[in-house]
Amino acid sequence: MNRLTNVQDLKNALAQAKQDYQKLLNGGKVVFVCGDTGCLASHSQEVKEKLDELVNAEGLQDNIKIMYAGCFGLCSQGPFVKVYPEGTLYRLVKPSDATLIFEKDLKGFGIVESLVFKNPNDGTIYAKQEDIPFYQKQKAIAMADFAPIEPDNIDHYMGIGGYEALCRVLETKTGEDVISIALDSGLRGRGGGGYPTGVKWRYARMQQDPQKYLICNLDEGDPGAFMDRAIAERTPHIILEGMMIAAYGIGAIRGFIYVRAEYPTASLRLQQAIDLLRTKGLLGQRILGTEFSFDIEIRVGAGAFVCGEETALMASIEGKRGMPRSKPPFPAVKGLWGHPTIINNVETFANLPYIFRPGGLEAYKAIGTEKSKGTKVFSLAGKIKNVGLVEVPMGTTLRELIFDIGGGIEKGKKFKAIQTGGPSGGCLTEEDLDTPIDFDNLIARGSMMGSGGAIVMDEDNCMVDVAKFYLEFICDESCGKCSPCRIGTTRMKEILDKIASGTAVMSDLDTLKELAIFIKDASLCGLGQTAPNPVLSTLTKFYDEYKAHIIDKTCPAKVCKDLIQYRINPDTCKKCGICAIHCPVNCISGVRGKEAYVIDQMACIKCGTCLSSCPFDVIRKV
Amino acid sequence: MKPISAYAKERLNQIIDHYQTLTTPLMMILSDFQKEFGYVPLEVQEIISKRLEIPVAEIYGIVTFYSMFSLKPKGKYVIGICLGTACYVQAAQQIANRLEEILGIKPGQTTSDGLFTIDILRCLGACALAPVMVINGKILPHVKVNDLQRIIDEYVRKEALAYESAH
Repeated sequence: MNRLTNVQDLKNALAQAKQDYQKLLNGGKVVFVCGDTGCLASHSQEVKEKLDELVNAEGLQDNIKIMYAGCFGLCSQGPFVKVYPEGTLYRLVKPSDATLIFEKDLKGFGIVESLVFKNPNDGTIYAKQEDIPFYQKQKAIAMADFAPIEPDNIDHYMGIGGYEALCRVLETKTGEDVISIALDSGLRGRGGGGYPTGVKWRYARMQQDPQKYLICNLDEGDPGAFMDRAIAERTPHIILEGMMIAAYGIGAIRGFIYVRAEYPTASLRLQQAIDLLRTKGLLGQRILGTEFSFDIEIRVGAGAFVCGEETALMASIEGKRGMPRSKPPFPAVKGLWGHPTIINNVETFANLPYIFRPGGLEAYKAIGTEKSKGTKVFSLAGKIKNVGLVEVPMGTTLRELIFDIGGGIEKGKKFKAIQTGGPSGGCLTEEDLDTPIDFDNLIARGSMMGSGGAIVMDEDNCMVDVAKFYLEFICDESCGKCSPCRIGTTRMKEILDKIASGTAVMSDLDTLKELAIFIKDASLCGLGQTAPNPVLSTLTKFYDEYKAHIIDKTCPAKVCKDLIQYRINPDTCKKCGICAIHCPVNCISGVRGKEAYVIDQMACIKCGTCLSSCPFDVIRKV
Repeated sequence: MKPISAYAKERLNQIIDHYQTLTTPLMMILSDFQKEFGYVPLEVQEIISKRLEIPVAEIYGIVTFYSMFSLKPKGKYVIGICLGTACYVQAAQQIANRLEEILGIKPGQTTSDGLFTIDILRCLGACALAPVMVINGKILPHVKVNDLQRIIDEYVRKEALAYESAH
């Protein structure tokens, strides 16, 4: 496709791309192999290479096309291979399965039954993606219908309706219109705060300064959240299109995407997409002959959680230490290099193409609850069967999210809590399961939406340990500028260490609470103001567990090292000695075949190696 | 510390040339050099300081603020252990502890033979594969405590073979 010089060119290109994409899916065999970081780590690259090799060896490359696609969402069942025109979805595909898929499906002898989804209860086969229960309660806006497209292929993106919204905006809308549509849509920032996007944009638009900036926040620091990475890797163009619409609305002339250093694939794909847009004339001066000029640059972070905070992020782009400053002035008034700046999250941008498409606004407003419109992407992880990305309409209950979509808890264990909002959020428990998810409900229940990390925990997770984990994280990541956060969180961590080691007294809990409230009130930025939340939330909801650590000196979930012992049951020990061979500190003694083995508790470092190496499962934590 | 090689100096100047047109190129220069050579020593900071006219103290402040930058060279194999929440609830801390024991170093340190460095990472976004570990950019999914000795032994053996064939 050549350089586009006016809006009509873009329109023609869109129509052509749509036709071509339909032709691709409904023509001969097309194979999409998941090319997301997760599936690549499970050898999807080898799967693709093997398929390529087989197809090339028989000279079938004109009839069978093989390409990468973005994330399919259900990451724990990856790698995925999807075959068109039938739309059959194969899961857990190993490189050694490539031959089977090639010889059977690709040669037209029907689906490979052993690789499609099966209901473990009744054996029902789900050959098509849309039939799988995991996808049924979802509504994929930011995940673009989970459509299989090559990430770096702009024609594919246009083929699923991409850049239609931009086309419509450039042709028929003014900047003012864009702001009113954003306001009308009810879209709220998906980065965590839930601030109305249109309101923020209007502030920036009102500023007289002609030099305005737009920043996309891809510094996904919440550990356990990966939806922004997946969106950037599967459809980089959806983010760029969203940014262009926003820039048109607020009058920004330059945009930045701040990508965290841990996401090399995401920055590579975004850079490729930007380069392509420049050659096509969709980024740069006077785009498509209109008055609109805009360009985007990528800036890579260097490992600092606090840079997700907007003023710290801007400091980092300015080449300084990523330390927040006090607000006001807000970035929309005085931001990057002192100019008005809007910062939105990846997912916020990914919602815009849907909203600005013909008919999109009304459709969008019909999804969700009264005060939270649209959908939210969650990265479900932890002790749940279907680990992956799910996008649900606001108002879906936690029960639906965890049990219907997530498939429930792994290994038949009991659900204990779901942590949302990462280090700023809190835990939700059994009694919160029927709460419809939206920004305000989650806050009312003592947690928050956050960016979308949702970590499920079962009976084997200790809540004191979880609280300690988040505080350690915060202590590491506190930038050190203000003392409530820098010193306060360290003091809190010391108290939690005492609790976890069984040396605390009940009055320590009061000190912990007092510190928490003080840190919330007195910290400079959002990181510090929300840092005590995981502790406060677990303290409220799992008070008995804290008490057990302090008074009974026990860890009910058997996690806190100082409060547990590993013991070998002398009656059932098979005297094989495997545990003694594996023990890294040689503290297990016994006589092979004759005498049961015993752990020397004084020398034991409680690493758990014996428990996982025992072939007869006779070692217990007590 | 050993001075950097002539090649590293040449590459550094190329990297600076590449980003010089950006309004604030410092972070990108530091990131690229770190990625290619594994550390950003004072000597490198001094060269950047002269060319960009930014005080060395300021550059040093930035290098020590962000966890990705390292003042010392890293080992030949950099082992990153993810301690993000999803990995943590799947007992990733035990993996970190065991690896520290096997290698006899703490996170951030390098073994005396220069082979291994342990880094603690906060989420790679591969949560479906938890717990994960990364060796020189390659993600290892579903790591088990009992696998660690074998994984390390493999690398040590590979190095010993390479050494033998070279001598």
